[in-house]
Amino acid sequence: MKPIDLEELSTNRREILQATQPPPKNPYVQKGLSLGISFLLLFGAWVLLSGKFDAFHLSLGAASSLFVAWISRDLLFPSGDVATLARSMAGVAAYTPWLLLQIVKSNIHVLRIAFARNPERLIHPHIISMHTKLKGEIPLVTFANSITLTPGTITIQVSAGNEVRIHALDYTTGDMDALREMESRVARAFGESD
Amino acid sequence: MLDVLTVLLTLGGLVFFAGATMGILRFPDFYTRLHAAGKLDTLGALLTMAGLAVYNLDPFSMATLLTSLKIGLAVGFIFIASPTATHAIVDAGVRAGLRPWVKQEDEQQ
Repeated sequence: MKPIDLEELSTNRREILQATQPPPKNPYVQKGLSLGISFLLLFGAWVLLSGKFDAFHLSLGAASSLFVAWISRDLLFPSGDVATLARSMAGVAAYTPWLLLQIVKSNIHVLRIAFARNPERLIHPHIISMHTKLKGEIPLVTFANSITLTPGTITIQVSAGNEVRIHALDYTTGDMDALREMESRVARAFGESD
Repeated sequence: MLDVLTVLLTLGGLVFFAGATMGILRFPDFYTRLHAAGKLDTLGALLTMAGLAVYNLDPFSMATLLTSLKIGLAVGFIFIASPTATHAIVDAGVRAGLRPWVKQEDEQQ
C-alpha cells in the first residue's frame, strides 16, 4: 500500500477549509463568542457532573470553566461563527434519529448473521472505494464514523483526495445507494449540499 | 411500568451483546470479527445503559435525574469513541498488511 504523505494531506485540507470558510468579520467579537460558547459548554458539563448548586461549587466551576475555555480557545471553536455552529448543530440533531434507525436496522441484520447456523455462508466480505463530495473535516469525520457505526461497514481510510475505502460484510450492508443517501444526509446536516 | 421498560431495554441490550460475542467467535477473520465486536457492542451498550437510566429514575428526584443524564453522557461518548477505535484497529490491520478474508467463489470473479 502506498504510504500517506501527512504533510501533503494536512496542507491540502487547510487549503480546502480556507476556501470554504468566509473570512472572519471582527477578530475580537469572534474570539469572545468562541470563548463564550466553550465556557457555556464546559460549565454545563461541570454542573451536570458535580450536581451541587451551592455558591461555592458553582463559582469553582465557573472559574475552572473559564480557565479551560481560555487555554483551549484555539481548539474548540476557532472560527467562533455562531450562525454556522447553530446551523450544523440543528443539522446534527435532525440527522441523529435517522442514523439511530439505520444503526438499529443494520444491527439486527448482523445479529441474524451472527446467530445463523453457518455465518460463513451468508457473508461476502469485500472492499468498496467511493469518492465523496464532502469537503469539511467535521462532515468527513461524521460520515466516516457513521459508516463505521452502521454494522456491516467499516471505514478503512479517508484519503486526501476524499476517497473513502470501506470494508463491507456483505452486499446488503455494503450497498452503494445506502452509502450515497447517508452522504447526502451528512451534507445536508452541515449545510454542504448545493 | 418503568420496570417493564427497564427489563425490555436491558434484555434487548443483552441479546446484542450475546450476538457480538457469537460474532467474534464465529466470523472467519480479523475484519469481519470487528464488524461484530465494534458495532453490536455499541447498540448493546446503548440499550443496557438506557435501561439503567430508566431504572435509576425511580423515585424521581434531582439527584436521580442527574445520574441518568450522566449515563446519557457516557452513551454519547461511547457513540463517538467506539467507531473511532474500530476504525483505528482496522487501519492498523491494513497498515500491517493483513489481507481480508474473501470467499473462494468471490475470489474467482
